[in-house]
Amino acid sequence: MTSTPSLDVRGLAYAYPDGHQALFGVDLTIGRGERVALLGPNGAGKTTLVLHLNGILAAGAGSVTVAGLPVGKKHMAEIRRKVGIVFQDPDDQLFMPTVREDVAFGPASAGLRGAALDAVVERALEKVGMAGYADRPPHHLSFGQRRRVAVATVLATEPEILVLDEPSSNLDPASRRELADVLRSLDVTVLMVTHDLPYALELCPRSLVLSEGVIAADGPTREILSDEELMTRHRLELPFGFVPGSVA
Amino acid sequence: MRDVHVPDGFINAPVSAAAGVVAAAAVAVSLRGARKELDERIAPLAGLVAAFVFAVQMLNFPVAAGTSGHLLGGALAAILVGPWTGVLCIAVVLLMQGVLFADGGLTALGVNITVMGVVTVVTAHLLFRGLQAVLPRTRGGVTAAAFVAALVSVPASAAAFTLVYAVGGTTDVPIGKVLTAMLGVHVLIGIGEAVITALTVGAVLAVRPDLVHGARGLAAPLKLRVDGELVDAAPAPAPAPSPDGGSPKKVWIGGVVAALVLAGVVSFYASASPDGLEKVAADQGIDAKADAYEHATADSPLADYGVRGIDSARLSGGLAGVIGVGLTLAAGTGVFWAARRRRAQGDTGARV
Amino acid sequence: MGAGHAHKLYRRGDSPVHGLPPHTKLVAVLGFVLVVVTTPREAVWAFAGYAALLAAVAALARVPVGFLLRRLAIEVPFVAFALLMPFVVPGEQTTVLGVAVSVPGLWGAWNILAKGTLGVAASVLLAATTELRGLILGLQRLGLPSLLVQIASFMIRYGDVVTDEMRRMSIARRSRGFEARGVRHWGVLAKSAGALFIRSYERGERVHLAMVSRGYTGTMPLLDERPADRAQWAAALALPLAALPICLLALLG
Repeated sequence: MTSTPSLDVRGLAYAYPDGHQALFGVDLTIGRGERVALLGPNGAGKTTLVLHLNGILAAGAGSVTVAGLPVGKKHMAEIRRKVGIVFQDPDDQLFMPTVREDVAFGPASAGLRGAALDAVVERALEKVGMAGYADRPPHHLSFGQRRRVAVATVLATEPEILVLDEPSSNLDPASRRELADVLRSLDVTVLMVTHDLPYALELCPRSLVLSEGVIAADGPTREILSDEELMTRHRLELPFGFVPGSVA
Repeated sequence: MRDVHVPDGFINAPVSAAAGVVAAAAVAVSLRGARKELDERIAPLAGLVAAFVFAVQMLNFPVAAGTSGHLLGGALAAILVGPWTGVLCIAVVLLMQGVLFADGGLTALGVNITVMGVVTVVTAHLLFRGLQAVLPRTRGGVTAAAFVAALVSVPASAAAFTLVYAVGGTTDVPIGKVLTAMLGVHVLIGIGEAVITALTVGAVLAVRPDLVHGARGLAAPLKLRVDGELVDAAPAPAPAPSPDGGSPKKVWIGGVVAALVLAGVVSFYASASPDGLEKVAADQGIDAKADAYEHATADSPLADYGVRGIDSARLSGGLAGVIGVGLTLAAGTGVFWAARRRRAQGDTGARV
Repeated sequence: MGAGHAHKLYRRGDSPVHGLPPHTKLVAVLGFVLVVVTTPREAVWAFAGYAALLAAVAALARVPVGFLLRRLAIEVPFVAFALLMPFVVPGEQTTVLGVAVSVPGLWGAWNILAKGTLGVAASVLLAATTELRGLILGLQRLGLPSLLVQIASFMIRYGDVVTDEMRRMSIARRSRGFEARGVRHWGVLAKSAGALFIRSYERGERVHLAMVSRGYTGTMPLLDERPADRAQWAAALALPLAALPICLLALLG
């Protein structure tokens, strides 16, 4: 890696105010343009880690750096623009009355107005194949469409890194493929938090395994999914009949 | 009372306007309070709680033989999210019902927000706080406090409505009879409200007690997992603890004061028979009701509207209404504010 | 269905009434209702005049009268109250169909019915011709504090989501053979209400995270500017301005 990594996390530890500790020293680096999957069982701390990436949770110990910029109060607006998080439930993400207003929310918060704003919204919706839906209310869209609009809301801020929380959950196979096509077409660093191991293999050359609040494995996705002992130890299971080595 | 939003033409213009001022002031105060409590989370949280209140009002609680009860939600909102956010949520629900569903007159919006929102939430909140201070801090104690707070909030709202009607009703009806009937019916409704509210609060307590009374655990030191072993991490630069706790004693004193004020308010409402009301009015040198009766019988009914010249009795009647509601509100807010100040100065501890 | 853009009362259309900026319509309806409320109850003809004005607006907006009348059912509880008045209000007595009733009571009932009905009808016309989002933006233009506008927007956006959750919980209950029949089942229903609250609150927290993640710092960027020109104001205010002389005549008469 020659350029500054998109994301660099060092010794990150965190406990919730109720005392429950979720992260116990996470170390990871993601280079610019990489597509990386973050795998791990329920309760491994995946969501907690994600919320540190744009400073919603403040590190108890350790540090997070996005494109060379330390995550902290000082650069918060810049960090939030650079890290685009797509949350699991598009109904949480799409909080505005229309698709257009929702996609415009991020850039408008950053001060963009008028024709420039319209152009950004159009472009973001085109990237996810939802250009004709700008004036629809989100709840009139299908689940798959809502998820793609959710991706557009984040793309509109032109992020350095796109973080997706369970992008394939609740999608039918066609929507799942459409979203994969969209993600592949994007020229942006992607960190994908998922349980969907075939989806990780399809989209991400590299995977990280988060388990008990630390990175337990880091390597090519195919190798990780083929390591039965590692998989069992971290409660990761492939779907019945799926053999990672046999997929092109 | 969900379906009994006051329509246009029920309460005369001056009193409607006065209630509008009271409602606007209460909402403004609540906005400030809620902003302090929730900072920039207020819009999504209050919005979602308002959506919840809106939805839960449609939940049918069957009583017997085809009849059913509904939750009004004022007390529930006050207990679950506090008085500030509670007032905001109910006010927004009423505003939306008025504008979107034509439910409740536009000119009666102030009356509706004051009677169904402010009075219900403030009564329930003060009573709940007061009881919490004296009852054991257990789930049973909280549930009992919720029960009583909800039980009283409904007839209190009915009494407030009667008071508003006594001052600004467009047709003079025997207020004593109305009050008796309103209180009788609403004590019954209040029992239903109380049971549902207490059960609902209990259900939330069982799963997310922090959403009800904010008991906060103490933070344990952070650990790092190094080769499977847990070692202490460098101490976190923790943000200063929010000044949200209060010593039990101070909270208790606040609670007693709140309970006393509430007792005064409730007994004022409860004793507001025609005689009582006349007495209050006479004590203040404003015998609004007697004048109103005279106007209705002796003068042209036009006088009801205070449009022919300056109708001083009506005006002073309206003034009395504003003063009465305003005083109640000010007293409630003052006690609440004082309690908050004390809590802010106290050290950390369980929030009651 | 759906409260996001369209709502129960909204009727899609492209009439001149639909086309007016929402805030002008809000002002017009409020002005009209104020005029109605100020009119003395004895001027029965004036209320007929107001009803005729509303009927004209309804015709212009192509809102069927049947639709309007059905929505008036909202008023029913107060109709009951009004109907009691002739029997409980003291004062001069008269007989109607052989029943003794009080004259002030009759006037009181008429007052509430006439004004309440006209108020509801005006509000229904507003809601029938204005999209929900427009109404909220209209309130914002009229100076409703932005925080209240935001809360209202979120309530509308998530009203359906929360109601749907409630419906799914009800289906889940019934699928397991539970049917609430009486007070003894309130515990189960209250548990659902409690769960619904927790879900709503937690969703509020998640929505907040999603907002903050996209740069929210407490103020909403105002996107939909829709100012009204003089002609639009004049068109909207035609309703209260037409009602005003009726009221003045009634006051003088």
